[in-house]
Amino acid sequence: MEEITSLLHGFQVALSWYNIGLMFLGIILGVIIGVLPGLGGANGVAILLPLTFAMPNTSAIIMLSCIYWGALFGGAITSVLFNIPGEPWSVATTFDGYPMAQRGQAGAALTAAFTSSFVGALVAVIMITFLAPLVAKFALRFGPPEFFSVYLLTFCSFVGMGKGSPFKILAAMMIGFALAAVGMDTVTGQLRMTFGFTELLRGFDFLVAVIGLFGIGEILLTMEEGLAFKGETGKINLRIVLQTWAQLPKFWITSLRSCLVGCWMGITPGGATPASFMSYGLAKKFSKDGDKFGTGQVEGVVAPETAAHAAGTSALLPMLALGIPGSPTAAVLLGGLLIWGLQPGPLLFVEQADFVWGLIASMYLGNIAGLIVVLTMVPLFAAILRIPFSIIAPVIIVICSIGAYTVHNAMFDVWLMVLFGVVGYVFKKLDYPLAPLVLALVLGDKAEDSFRQAMLVGQGDLTIFWSNGLVGSIVTLALVMLFWPVISKVLARLRSGRLNGVPEGRAASTEQ
Amino acid sequence: MTPKLLNRVTTVFGGAVVGAVALAAAAPAALAAWEPTKSVEFIIPAGTGGGADQMARFMQGVIVKNKLMKQPLVVINKAGGAGAEGFLDVKSSKGEPHKIIITLSNLFTTPLATGVPFNWKDLTPVAMLALDQFVLWVHNDTPYKGPTDYIAAAKAAGPGKFKMAGTGSKQEDQIITVGLEKATGTKFSYIPFKGGGDVAVQLVGKHVDSTVNNPIEAVAQWRAGNLRPLCVFDDQRMPYKAKVTATMSWNDIPTCKESGVNIDYVMLRGIFMPAGVTQEQVNYYVDLFKKVRETPDWKEFMEKGAFNQSFMTGPDYVKWVEKAENTHRDLMKEAGFLAK
Amino acid sequence: MENGNHSEGSANRSISTRAVDATVAAVLIVFGAVIMYSSYQLGAGWGAEGPQSGYFPFYIGLMILISAAVTLYQSVLGKADRGKVFVEYEQLKPVFKMLAPTLVYVLGVQLLGIYVASTIFIAGFMRIMGKYSWLKSLLVGGGVSVFFFWMFERQFLVPLHKGPIEAWLGF
Repeated sequence: MEEITSLLHGFQVALSWYNIGLMFLGIILGVIIGVLPGLGGANGVAILLPLTFAMPNTSAIIMLSCIYWGALFGGAITSVLFNIPGEPWSVATTFDGYPMAQRGQAGAALTAAFTSSFVGALVAVIMITFLAPLVAKFALRFGPPEFFSVYLLTFCSFVGMGKGSPFKILAAMMIGFALAAVGMDTVTGQLRMTFGFTELLRGFDFLVAVIGLFGIGEILLTMEEGLAFKGETGKINLRIVLQTWAQLPKFWITSLRSCLVGCWMGITPGGATPASFMSYGLAKKFSKDGDKFGTGQVEGVVAPETAAHAAGTSALLPMLALGIPGSPTAAVLLGGLLIWGLQPGPLLFVEQADFVWGLIASMYLGNIAGLIVVLTMVPLFAAILRIPFSIIAPVIIVICSIGAYTVHNAMFDVWLMVLFGVVGYVFKKLDYPLAPLVLALVLGDKAEDSFRQAMLVGQGDLTIFWSNGLVGSIVTLALVMLFWPVISKVLARLRSGRLNGVPEGRAASTEQ
Repeated sequence: MTPKLLNRVTTVFGGAVVGAVALAAAAPAALAAWEPTKSVEFIIPAGTGGGADQMARFMQGVIVKNKLMKQPLVVINKAGGAGAEGFLDVKSSKGEPHKIIITLSNLFTTPLATGVPFNWKDLTPVAMLALDQFVLWVHNDTPYKGPTDYIAAAKAAGPGKFKMAGTGSKQEDQIITVGLEKATGTKFSYIPFKGGGDVAVQLVGKHVDSTVNNPIEAVAQWRAGNLRPLCVFDDQRMPYKAKVTATMSWNDIPTCKESGVNIDYVMLRGIFMPAGVTQEQVNYYVDLFKKVRETPDWKEFMEKGAFNQSFMTGPDYVKWVEKAENTHRDLMKEAGFLAK
Repeated sequence: MENGNHSEGSANRSISTRAVDATVAAVLIVFGAVIMYSSYQLGAGWGAEGPQSGYFPFYIGLMILISAAVTLYQSVLGKADRGKVFVEYEQLKPVFKMLAPTLVYVLGVQLLGIYVASTIFIAGFMRIMGKYSWLKSLLVGGGVSVFFFWMFERQFLVPLHKGPIEAWLGF
């Protein structure tokens, strides 16, 4: 096993006191960046990139990648505690994490989130270690039609989430798409729906909307009940960690599925955000407790967190092996490689073996360090809920405003955040579901771009979506997901033998 | 700045990495007439990870490493509306000497294509740092040896059958594509992507037939034997003679003109400031970038990306920008890209 | 919005869900129509090489319009939600106690910069809502702002929105 030898060598490179110190420093900085909405892994790495100039290459990438791990871990914290996703990929974590916290189980939710993140990362790193060249080739098969099929699959695996009026679900999703379309149209270079306002040029950022809809909206809802957050009475100690761990093995199928979804999405530049949504949607569809999702199920925290971290980690693989960024953070790291005088790309593994294997070894070590850091901090985080409301509420609003501002350095976005907060409050009370709106906002323009790019490639011919095995099977899978409620009913009836009239072929084709 | 910052971080987050930090010796004061009195914002009218972003962050790194500035240089991406957001920000900061912006071709193309009201004349030109080249790339598995047989194949396949991928719409890559079509009478399907990295990978994955990537965007794939350069869109060859692959250097790539395809196009990588600043303040930055250019890091970066290292300031630079604006207006008018 | 009085007892004055539902639906209809109009102007057809810029937004607008119209119809004429309370005025009071200071705060950020506005906002909120002493409130408010200033402006080199006071101090 050549990889094992290389990996052991990598550990030798990575394991020095200097590097371990940088690792913990990076993790802690990353967690802070992850907690602050608006500052993401990409900003964090970009901001600290110039500081790494004076360091050896391997140490530099270890510190920067640890900032990234830290941000991946940290995104879950505010999602669980305050319903404010610190990072786009932790939106799905709020769906069950926040209800858990409201019931006084913040500690358990955080433990589940951190542990699943770690599991996801570990699986992804193992894949990077042993399958790098193979997986890199797979990533190359993704052109515009394939990208579109992936986005379609994400949407389809997520629909059917809400229970309310179908018209409201449709309206919410379409509002998301509409907001995503504002600004520059990549395909034609035309400005859309800006109505001559320069503030609308940059479009609606997903994070600004999410901070408002979820964060501010939730605070307003909470106010109806009086000046307090629910859930501050929860027990907070390290025993919670062990108790939660004892529960987690039951969810191994969800974990495994989420790891697969995450690794796949990380390699093909779908990224961590679609991975978390898709994984949550799939877990809800296939779990026996699916109906209870959204009320505070541990499984509903495990699924998105595992997938997000697996995706975030495996996104580094195409960067190293192909020189393509699998995520915005990877894009910045890629720039970092150039600054350090390394050339990312297919030859990196050959020419800079020390660097590559040092980095891979540091992925193992960095995630272990990360898990230790965040788990020991669980009681601390959960204790934040005990701070009196009249102190923590204005501080949260300040943090949200800073978050909204830092996304684009724009004051207009802070106003938008407040507007989205009111919209979130009203929509929530009227049963307009926010999840489809958010999903459409984050993926809408990407899906549209890839659809139209595919149309340019195929010269306006829709059959391009079945033009090869890969894209064809993803699109078919997406349609199966879309009609899953119908299909599962048919299957159930078939099994009970009450309905024999349904054509066998249709039922069989849904089994794939 | 670097060590100082790290130092602070260290003290705060526990002394784990004290040994890691090199102590800063106070840099000897450069005797410039004007100096920034607070942190300087370095605006990038493009997203993180792109060519302009890489160059700006690289310069930030060089400046920090060599302690060329006393005040921090803060890099900010303002990419909205194909960079319009960044340019409008600088335009509205009249007289603010603590703000600089790096430009790419969108300085010209964005206002022309979208009608967003700004022009380079709303800014103060500081210096041209370099010019970025464009190269016609195909996949290494294809048989084309030069631009002429590639064009011939595209013509033979019929209009729209060959796919050209590029960055953005109605921007430099599409302008070159249209130029190529006009010069040779072929017709490509132009497929816009968001970043140069994506474009290169689409070509490696054979989803498109060719690209006009900048050298730095495609060099890794060239060295790995996935891509092949056919010609460079400049009137002379790139000067770098060190071997990049086993057999070829940048200098071995012929110009498109040599092969009878008469187009040249280079992209400005330059620095501008808001209008209404004093000559003294401009001089400070000219000086700063001169120092950046003298560092070995910068020279290495230039060679890696096969940049054309022209450096201009003052009236020369203004004249160059004026000419480039006219060229863009003509090219975009011909291509039908002007905003209605 | 109507001042509906559907719930028992005149003490609990409230806004009915139907009124809000209808209002939101009406706003969405306008929203959808604006999107459609804007997209139509841009070109909403299916060109030779796939959809034009306005194609998807046009149909997105259409779908918003249709679904909002159905919701409007249901809320005005439908039987569901009849008598349901959107919010009671008593509950709305604390909501506004949060929303109003937030709006003032954001205006403050715009005018005074984020650090000064945050200090005032946190201290004021603590003093008025939490009945903390002025000293305690100002210490927490000031402390939080100084901490963020140190972290963003000094460590991360992320400039936040600053106002005249910071400018006067030379930042």
